[in-house]
Amino acid sequence: MTPALIVALPFLGAALPGLMVRTSRNAAAIACGSFTLLALLGLIVNIPAVLAGEVVATRIPWMSQIGLDADFMLDGLGLLFGILILGIGLLIILYARFYLSQQDAAGPFFTYLMLFQGAMTGIVLSDNILMLLVFWELTSLSSFLLIGFWKHLPEGRQGARMALNVTAMGGLAMIAGCLLLGQVAGSYRLSDIIAQREAIQSSALYLPALLLILLGAFTKSAQFPFHFWLPRAMAAPTPVSAYLHSATMVKAGIFLMARLWPALAGTPEWFGIVATVGLVTMLIGGAIALFQDDLKGLLAYSTVSHLGLITMLLGFGTEAAATAAMFHIVAHASFKAALFMGAGIIDHAAHTRSIRRLGGLRTLMPLTFGLVLIASLSMAGIPPFNGFLSKEMMLEQAASAAGLFGAVATLASVFSVAYSLRLVAHVFLGPVRHDYPTAPHDPGAGLWLGPALLVAVVILSGLFPNATLGWIVTAAASAVTAQALHPHFALWHGVNPALLMSALAVAGGAALLVLWQPADRLRQALPHIDAKAMFDAIVGAAERLAAAFTDGFSNGSMSRALAAQLLLALICGLAAWHSGLAGPAARPMLPVTPVALVGWVMMLVGIGTLVALHRRRILALVLVGIVGLIVSVTFVYFSAPDLALTQISVEVVTVILLLLALNFLPKRTVLDTSDLKRGSDAFVAALAGLGVGGLAFAIMRRDFAFPSISGYMVENSYKLGGGDNVVNVILVDFRGYDTYGEITVLGIAALTIFALTETLLGGRGAHRLHQWVRDMRRAGDRHPLMLGVATRALLPLTLVVGLYIFLRGHNAPGGGFVAGLIVSVALVMHYMASGFAWAMQRQSIPYHALIALGVLAAGVTGAGAWFAGQPFLTSAFGYVHLPGIEPIELATAMGFDTGVFLCVVGAVMLALNSLSRIAREAGRDHAAADAAAPIPATQA
Amino acid sequence: MEFLIASAIGSLTAAGVYLSLRKRSFAVVLGMTLLTYATNLFLFVTGRLVIDQPPVLREGVTAYTDPLPQALVLTAIVISFGMTAVVVMMALGSFIEGGDDRIDLPRRDREGPGA
Repeated sequence: MTPALIVALPFLGAALPGLMVRTSRNAAAIACGSFTLLALLGLIVNIPAVLAGEVVATRIPWMSQIGLDADFMLDGLGLLFGILILGIGLLIILYARFYLSQQDAAGPFFTYLMLFQGAMTGIVLSDNILMLLVFWELTSLSSFLLIGFWKHLPEGRQGARMALNVTAMGGLAMIAGCLLLGQVAGSYRLSDIIAQREAIQSSALYLPALLLILLGAFTKSAQFPFHFWLPRAMAAPTPVSAYLHSATMVKAGIFLMARLWPALAGTPEWFGIVATVGLVTMLIGGAIALFQDDLKGLLAYSTVSHLGLITMLLGFGTEAAATAAMFHIVAHASFKAALFMGAGIIDHAAHTRSIRRLGGLRTLMPLTFGLVLIASLSMAGIPPFNGFLSKEMMLEQAASAAGLFGAVATLASVFSVAYSLRLVAHVFLGPVRHDYPTAPHDPGAGLWLGPALLVAVVILSGLFPNATLGWIVTAAASAVTAQALHPHFALWHGVNPALLMSALAVAGGAALLVLWQPADRLRQALPHIDAKAMFDAIVGAAERLAAAFTDGFSNGSMSRALAAQLLLALICGLAAWHSGLAGPAARPMLPVTPVALVGWVMMLVGIGTLVALHRRRILALVLVGIVGLIVSVTFVYFSAPDLALTQISVEVVTVILLLLALNFLPKRTVLDTSDLKRGSDAFVAALAGLGVGGLAFAIMRRDFAFPSISGYMVENSYKLGGGDNVVNVILVDFRGYDTYGEITVLGIAALTIFALTETLLGGRGAHRLHQWVRDMRRAGDRHPLMLGVATRALLPLTLVVGLYIFLRGHNAPGGGFVAGLIVSVALVMHYMASGFAWAMQRQSIPYHALIALGVLAAGVTGAGAWFAGQPFLTSAFGYVHLPGIEPIELATAMGFDTGVFLCVVGAVMLALNSLSRIAREAGRDHAAADAAAPIPATQA
Repeated sequence: MEFLIASAIGSLTAAGVYLSLRKRSFAVVLGMTLLTYATNLFLFVTGRLVIDQPPVLREGVTAYTDPLPQALVLTAIVISFGMTAVVVMMALGSFIEGGDDRIDLPRRDREGPGA
């Protein structure tokens, strides 16, 4: 299976629970589990190739111009992380199935989980750093959804926000860092970047790129001083904590450091920053973990500490340290995920996670006790479990590093032993209590199976490290260091400094546990630093700054905000004009003809009158119609018959639409602005007019600066598109994709209008509407007979004209847009002449369906090109020869144009129909009252 | 001729901007309609002014005006109808629901639910 497919599978799986909105937990879990299993199998079949030293790659060219290709690769490092993500993912899905209660929305939960899984797999298998960044951001977003999954818990929402703020901030820095790195390396392909160690490390951009990338890695992997978000994220459901916050997401930062290790590591800067931050994190995380009373809080800070440990190992920059880091990644994932699941089991059974309220569970939950005990001993680094092996390797590396590393690492190990033992001692040992919130008991197999499997890994990989984990750790370490390594793992190395340090740590840790009560009192006496308060203060200050800026800029006055935007646009335009390179105004002007002069005068008079009289709304509408007509004439005068046809038909429907709306709006605009406001608006308007007019003039006085692509279209319109009307061929063929998007937007606009109408008619506005009193006298006969008869007689004729305009569109002015508008006008005339009810009775096709049919027809026509092995929307045409008449051209573009036609008819009619429905509802109460009242004989 | 067109575009823009800066929804709709005309004309004339050379291929004719801006403007005209319709509907909805046709955010909404 290709790496690209492996990445795609979780995303495909994510769609399933979402599709089955009301699925049972079983269905959702099985659907997700099978996709995860499939992806895992896909990884497994690639194992022989990876172990043979191959890099399995998929390269899909995408936007190669900007260096973005969908490149994926699977090497030892990707394999190790991939197996962790998918393997533990599978266990988590099983566990989550039994952890979630019936009230929890299982569908969304599993969708988020699969999204996260896909994003994570994407990170570890990407061979393009830009792709990696996209997946990186996706993990931040999906983890936000997962942490805040219990929306009703305020701490869940706050924790999710904090996690997103911190990791997304780091993600932004990382984007900048990765772009710098790509600049230096000259490629965004990861395998190219990591091959260019010398070029990167000698570049002046090395340090900024390193700092920015590390900011991203440290925030994601909760390294000091960004560690505070991880414990807050524990408000998430426990399966999420076990998955994201022990095994996968928090290791994304570690993964990135390991991935870029060959390019970035080995410099004094790398050692100084990464190893030191890792060491400090390891110590601080361990010290805080010891005094956590929340089970998950303890595990969270312990995770922080262990992530620090791995970071420090990577920071050392030696092959042996990198190998130890890889080993500990597996060891930590196995025991920590098991512990998180154990914490979830305890929480489920006893309904509390507070260590102070627990104790004595040993006899009540013997199975859980066994699992947690082994995992905790591994976490403490007690032989013969896998945690011991990695801790020995770590201490050995720390001892051989310079300075205080050995001493501080030993101290951190003391804490590690102490909190691990405390977890066992304070929860399971001691007397059985009688005040648990509910009676604890061991869970069903669904909950304990996952942790049990992980504990089996803990034991087996401790006893037989070479047989169980040797191969994959070796492959991963070789991939990280870009060298073929052959490490050997053993429980017993003889008496060496590491063993002594380890023994010291165990003894110290046990002593610290005995002295826990006084130590806790001491801690409480010490000044307390609240990371949350600091974070809130920073975020609060940023919010206030943003609010002050926004409020100062926009005070709720639309006109003020618009004017500010316009002025800014003008300034930008002016700056661009001065910095640009406009050629001399060399293009000769056309002579002014009398016709044009008359049109110009009419236009200016129309505009002037409109502005002066705009408060009389009906008159203003007429004037707008006049201006629109002159615009259409302008189009036809300057060789654009298609535009003129479109403009004039749009003009008709627009005016009808505005008239319908004006029916309910005040007929006059009251004067409620000061002279000063009007003056300043006029000034802004004059500036905008001068700017746009001046720019138009400047463009028209110059020839094209570059050869236009229009020549190609004119030349090939007939050859490739089979049509003489170049504009139509561009719309349905050359730029068919644009048109496809545009009719979709038109359809969406119409549906928006429909939805707004529905809301209006269903909401509190409906009552007001029913009470509405007409403010204008109505015509005596609402549906004049003459008009009705004339429109009915005209309908077939108009439809034929529409059809004609449509059919000839490919070769002469016309086409789907214009034909759609003409047919709409014909239909609307019936509304006006014979009434809404009359028209609705006689047409049975819902306009929504027309829109859908149109978009579908256009899409299907476009997709048809695939069957001919051509890209989407490639058109084909041919001629049919029938005896007696001229050859008939048949083009697939006609199918596309039919889609355009249907969509335009549907959209225009749906919009007008919605307004008509409002008109029908308006004044209903009065009409009902009138009907109920006896009509006086004199008025009848 | 170029000056006539440019000044017409400028006037349409100025009038459109002025009306868009009013405080009542109907005037803004009118202003946006004028701005649409101005923008469409502006886009159209980037193909330069050409008389009697419509981009419809004919035997023996070699000179045609630039068809590309026309294709762009054609869809723009139709889309702007959609946009006008949505804006009109919003104006109507807010008038019926809210009782007036002012477009500014009322003070009570601006200060948020807490105030």
